[in-house]
Amino acid sequence: MMKKQKTAILENEAFLSVISSFLCIVIGLFLGFLVLLIINPASAAEGIVTILKNYLIYPSKPAALKYFGSTLVKTAPLLMCALSIQFCYQAGLFNIGAAGQYVAGAGAALYGALYFKLPWLVCLLMAVAAGVILGCIAGILKAYFNVNEVICGIMLNWIGLYLVNMLLVRVKEATSPYTLGVARTNPSALLPTMGLDRLFSNNKYVTIAVPLSVLIAILIWIVLNKTVMGYEIRGTGLNRDAARYAGMKEKRNIIMTLAIGGALAGLGAAFLYLTGYEQWSTTQSSVPGMGFNGIAATFLGGLDPIGTVFASYFIQHITGGGSYLDKTVYPSQISDLISAIIIYLCGFVLFFKLSINRRVAASKEAQRAEKGGDKA
Amino acid sequence: MILLIQYTLLFASVLMLVALGGCFSEHSGVINLGLEGTMVMGALGGALTMKYMSGAYGPVIFFTVVLVSSLSGLAYSALLGVAGIRFGADQTLVGTAMNMLAAALATVIVKSINVAENPDNVSSTVQYVQAKKALVYRIKGFQFNWFTLVALILLICSWIVLYKTRFGLRLMACGEHPQAADSVGINVRKMRWAGVLISGFLAGLGGIVYITAGVSEWKFETGVAGFGFLSLAVMIFGQWKPVNIALAALLFGFFRALSNVYSGFDFLAALNLPGSVYNMMPYVISLIVLAFTSGNSRAPKAEGIPYDKSER
Repeated sequence: MMKKQKTAILENEAFLSVISSFLCIVIGLFLGFLVLLIINPASAAEGIVTILKNYLIYPSKPAALKYFGSTLVKTAPLLMCALSIQFCYQAGLFNIGAAGQYVAGAGAALYGALYFKLPWLVCLLMAVAAGVILGCIAGILKAYFNVNEVICGIMLNWIGLYLVNMLLVRVKEATSPYTLGVARTNPSALLPTMGLDRLFSNNKYVTIAVPLSVLIAILIWIVLNKTVMGYEIRGTGLNRDAARYAGMKEKRNIIMTLAIGGALAGLGAAFLYLTGYEQWSTTQSSVPGMGFNGIAATFLGGLDPIGTVFASYFIQHITGGGSYLDKTVYPSQISDLISAIIIYLCGFVLFFKLSINRRVAASKEAQRAEKGGDKA
Repeated sequence: MILLIQYTLLFASVLMLVALGGCFSEHSGVINLGLEGTMVMGALGGALTMKYMSGAYGPVIFFTVVLVSSLSGLAYSALLGVAGIRFGADQTLVGTAMNMLAAALATVIVKSINVAENPDNVSSTVQYVQAKKALVYRIKGFQFNWFTLVALILLICSWIVLYKTRFGLRLMACGEHPQAADSVGINVRKMRWAGVLISGFLAGLGGIVYITAGVSEWKFETGVAGFGFLSLAVMIFGQWKPVNIALAALLFGFFRALSNVYSGFDFLAALNLPGSVYNMMPYVISLIVLAFTSGNSRAPKAEGIPYDKSER
């Protein structure tokens, strides 16, 4: 009886996804621990605990709460990028361009806030528009010119980076490559906190962005699973020719999907830069990792919007934890290393699932054989 | 002017080497988006070799550096082979993970070495001022880099291997129609492994050429600033053919070099364009070219699809 129940759980798709993700995390952390051991065996255990604890290393509760808030502030943009990639993945499109759409969103939001001195809602919409434009370019090239969306996305990432750097030079500080502080230059562009800052020991960076991003995740889940649009998008992803045969406008769907993906990533950038938490460096020579980390979060979340919420938080949590490592012993990039290993392992998820399925099938076969033997 | 030619040649060598790598991998049927990361690992291997060998006899340094960096690239690309070929993982995902992993891993390794040498040094910079002199040959004001010669030789080798040997033709068959290749007795997995490892070899070499172009120390936190991705553009611009790739590399290398030295030309300086414009040009051009050529693209037909024996 017990055994039967166990098999039933293992046949559950959602449960399998969770198990596979946990497997990735455990192996990733273990490999990270090995790296710590190699660098300095004496404090390796302490190191991995520091990464996992993140803000919990603060003994006082208000301090821990404050830095919990900061982790959430950085989770919101990551979650948006992850959702962007995920939404497009459902249509069979790998939106590696999310990184560039994020950059475009950051550029538009900051330019609106610092140069035109616009209020936050307008800046937010500008960021969305910028992401949509980049997404549409990729979509049109894919739908009408048959350009691979991955290659096109990569090109657009770099074009976006250089354009934004050129644009934001106009609003940078005189003595540094960083853009002006939003809080000082134009406080009306800061996202409203609606009292959320008080929940996190007056961490002024905690804004409506955090709950909004979770709401959007739920919205994406509803759109994908409960609407005609979501059905068409998933249909196009499963078999483009079949979708066209069934009367779905697959070209329009591709463009629309990438445009929405762009909107999500652009919004993500606004969620970070309009809190004033970070300034843009106009001399950066590589595309910010947020969009690429989004790939990690979405695959770790089992390609499910709700799972992605937790996966995004987890990735930001260990990234934040890395910054508390003793810099004279371990480089803080250990956390990036662990997240990268976890993404790499996500590639094996399909294999994990298949092998679990095969095990289950084999044990069923064995059971059947046993029963058959009894009868005979 | 001399500086422009010098940089163009160097950047073109980098782009050509890495793009040729991508070409081998894609012809075997595997998309290698991890070229950027593979370059970083090759660069790391080479830079550390130069750091520890400074003072040795010039040619010895040169050959060791070539060997170590290309082998580091080769070893690193095995990650793509294991996931993408053996376990049928999504190649785009694995490539992206490899880029992130290489950036983090290289930084961690360099920082750990630096801290071990001097606890106050938490930078991610490797210096190789002395050893770098072995790589260049001075002809008056012009610095000829030996890597350019290596790149040229490898270009010729690649052309011969791809078009004139049994191995190359079989490799390309695996990228076009693996099932057909399998049916005539070609081991598709083996061929794809060969393609991926060759791409790692070439990309690793490209990595060390890039970080020794012009500078004599490298900060590994910056990675290779998108050269791996630019090489993918070169490969597509060159329509997956070695000779065209070389020409495309020259064009793209020229733009990249311009962004370094444009202020030295009066008429360009007068235009007063920021350096970003020149940096952006190659990407814009390749995007436009992609739009016009993708209709009848020469891309290998089966690239990016994990090989499944049971499909037809």
